[in-house]
Amino acid sequence: MNKEVDRGKIREIISKYDGEKSAAVAVLQDLQEEFRYLPKEALTIVSDELQVPLSRIYEIATFYNVFSLKPRGKYLIEVCAGTACHVQGGFNLMNRLERNLNISCGETTEDAMFTLEEVRCLGCCSLAPVVRIDGNIHPYLTQDEIPGILKNYRKAGVKK
Amino acid sequence: MSTINTWDDLNKAAKRGLARLLPAKVKIVVGMATSGIASGAQAVYDALAKEIANRGLDIVLSKAGSMGMDCIEPIVDVIAPGKPRLSFSKMTAKMVPILIDRVVNGDLNGIQPAYRMDEMELLLQGEKKAYFSGSVPVDCSGIPQINELPFYRKQVKIALRNCGMIDPENMDEYIARGGYTALHKALTTMSPEDVILEVKTSGLRGRGGGGFPTGTKWESCRRAEGEIKYVICNGDEGDPGAYMDRSLMEGDPHSVLEGMIIGAYAIGAHEGYIYVRNEYPLAVANLQHAIGQAREAGLLGKNILGTGFEFDIKIAKGAGAFVCGESTALMASLEGKAGEPRAKYIHTVEQGLWNRPSNLNNVETWANVPVIIARGGQWFSGIGVKHSTGTKVFSLVGKINNIGLVEVPMGIPLKDIIYEIGGGIPGGRKFKAVQTGGPSGGCIPDTMIDLPVDFDSLWEAGSMMGSGGMIVMDDKTCMVDIARYFIEFLVSESCGKCVPCREGIYRMNEILQDICAGKGRRGDLELLGRMAEAIKDGSLCALGGSAPNPVLSTIRYFRSEYDAHIRSKKCPAGVCKALIQYNIDKEKCTGCMACAKKCPVEAISGERKKAHEIDQAKCIKCGVCMETCKFDAITLS
Repeated sequence: MNKEVDRGKIREIISKYDGEKSAAVAVLQDLQEEFRYLPKEALTIVSDELQVPLSRIYEIATFYNVFSLKPRGKYLIEVCAGTACHVQGGFNLMNRLERNLNISCGETTEDAMFTLEEVRCLGCCSLAPVVRIDGNIHPYLTQDEIPGILKNYRKAGVKK
Repeated sequence: MSTINTWDDLNKAAKRGLARLLPAKVKIVVGMATSGIASGAQAVYDALAKEIANRGLDIVLSKAGSMGMDCIEPIVDVIAPGKPRLSFSKMTAKMVPILIDRVVNGDLNGIQPAYRMDEMELLLQGEKKAYFSGSVPVDCSGIPQINELPFYRKQVKIALRNCGMIDPENMDEYIARGGYTALHKALTTMSPEDVILEVKTSGLRGRGGGGFPTGTKWESCRRAEGEIKYVICNGDEGDPGAYMDRSLMEGDPHSVLEGMIIGAYAIGAHEGYIYVRNEYPLAVANLQHAIGQAREAGLLGKNILGTGFEFDIKIAKGAGAFVCGESTALMASLEGKAGEPRAKYIHTVEQGLWNRPSNLNNVETWANVPVIIARGGQWFSGIGVKHSTGTKVFSLVGKINNIGLVEVPMGIPLKDIIYEIGGGIPGGRKFKAVQTGGPSGGCIPDTMIDLPVDFDSLWEAGSMMGSGGMIVMDDKTCMVDIARYFIEFLVSESCGKCVPCREGIYRMNEILQDICAGKGRRGDLELLGRMAEAIKDGSLCALGGSAPNPVLSTIRYFRSEYDAHIRSKKCPAGVCKALIQYNIDKEKCTGCMACAKKCPVEAISGERKKAHEIDQAKCIKCGVCMETCKFDAITLS
């Protein structure tokens, strides 16, 4: 689950960059890593501390794909949409995942276990089509394998 | 690690490194780049460590990057004194005890190597070191040598010289292969102008996309006014289907650093940045590690090699925006802003990062620099063809047998890459096209198979070099769908600054979606052509300027396929879901029920041993039935 928003932690992360305005992207990246999304409070605090208008911070937070303004599930599923994966039928994997998880790309399951996203190319073109789940690359993935893989993650996720 | 100040210090490090590369006792090396790990290399590494410990063996276990032939990973190399280096492919943890039996007890029956290496090429020194002396041991003579394999025969490794050969975390191994000797040569025997002249003589052109002459760029940046200048490494490898920069940063990070330090010396810069894609965590880690080592050894910092030259490098992580591969957008991102490009009336070599002179080159370009300085620009320009010198790394992926990274001399015929190195198309299917240049590039049809692969020939063919992605397509790839795919990609990656790009590609996408959905209209292609011109003319940066290329090149070479979609409402390749239908051939169906079980929407019905049927109303056209059927009973119409 996403951690409680800890204001102290937010300030601690920002303080690593000595209030440098140019560190805005890096600060948001660290915050994203810590909380797995960008809580609203965090954006306001970053704006205050770096003295960059909130509109600019919001611009950065929405411009780059890596940032999410909504809490993400325990496991992030990233379906590679690179050319090699597309040519090898990667789009069918996304359809199957949407169907099995009963969510659309960009959404999180109700039990907050999975968030489904598309990624622009993981650079694993030799293993196409690939899906990355919780940082693990699943190579040469077929639609058939998806239910089993999701089941395993769900099992591990409940235990944790 | 001790400081490296002199030629002697470098030699000492090289000696230490060589003792690791040509060890006095058995050494086992596991290929642990991202592709290796994704194929299971970590489990193999762990199993090896356990087996070695359990048996109490005196064997060194080490890691390396990728040799390029990713389709046979995980790869494990065994270096034993008096023997060639042997490479074992597609390793699993289960095969580890058998491998160890072979190494320790000489049991040759269990597991066979894919290839052997008799000697190691030291490119920078221009020499070779044998793994053993005398003739090839009898038990190894039947194993093919690496350069006898079709995949490697025509390859010339310059940028990828160390990938797969060294432990990326060990600087001594890098130095043993001539690393940092070029930097020593540049700092102690050459003026900055000499360095620039050497790079100009080499004819090196930027490997990131545009192909701008590197030496000229450096010269402009050196001449630009300003006290503070920057050198930047573009590691934001955004082209989908290209991953050579990832492999380089993961497998040989010091070559990128050395190139940048030489460049900084030539330009007169003291600060450098490497902008790496967020999607490449291992590349970030290995670069960070290498920077730490270089600082500790005095190869980065205030007094590099004791010459008084000062330079340091910081890493910045990208945040997932394709447009940040564009130089001005990348610099905006480094400044902590949204990565929007700006007009380049004033070049970035004059006013780039924080409005100061900035020289940006991509990863592969930087990795070539040490070789050019060590071997000379003249030597480098002798490889390749007249206006495209040296080599280029391509990621050969898609519908091709030998998938992987290949480095070939510029000007090599496309045919050699596809059929010889790549080993042709899987399943004996027909080669249809190859896509190069990412979303800015185009598709080259089978009729142009003799095309020499260099900057200018690709440009004339309506495509471009780009960063070197080469996605091979067969007759089951729909060219209209490919054009739609790239345009859809660009719709979501356009930064939105220029209206013709933001709105134009959006509209092109709508038209292409319609064509793929069977709602294409006569005149659509002409309209796409007119819009393409407007978008090209009206966009500031290369993203918009080249966005229509995938559409234009597919219309140019595959017009009949567009016509089939628009006029006959058919997708000849059987890809566009709205235009295809899966059926069951009643003659061939054995009623095994395999497809019915796999169908995710229960659209297939039928009794055991009787022909099945597909309910077209339920069918979502995912194609699982076709993948499942062992009797070719599923047909596409």
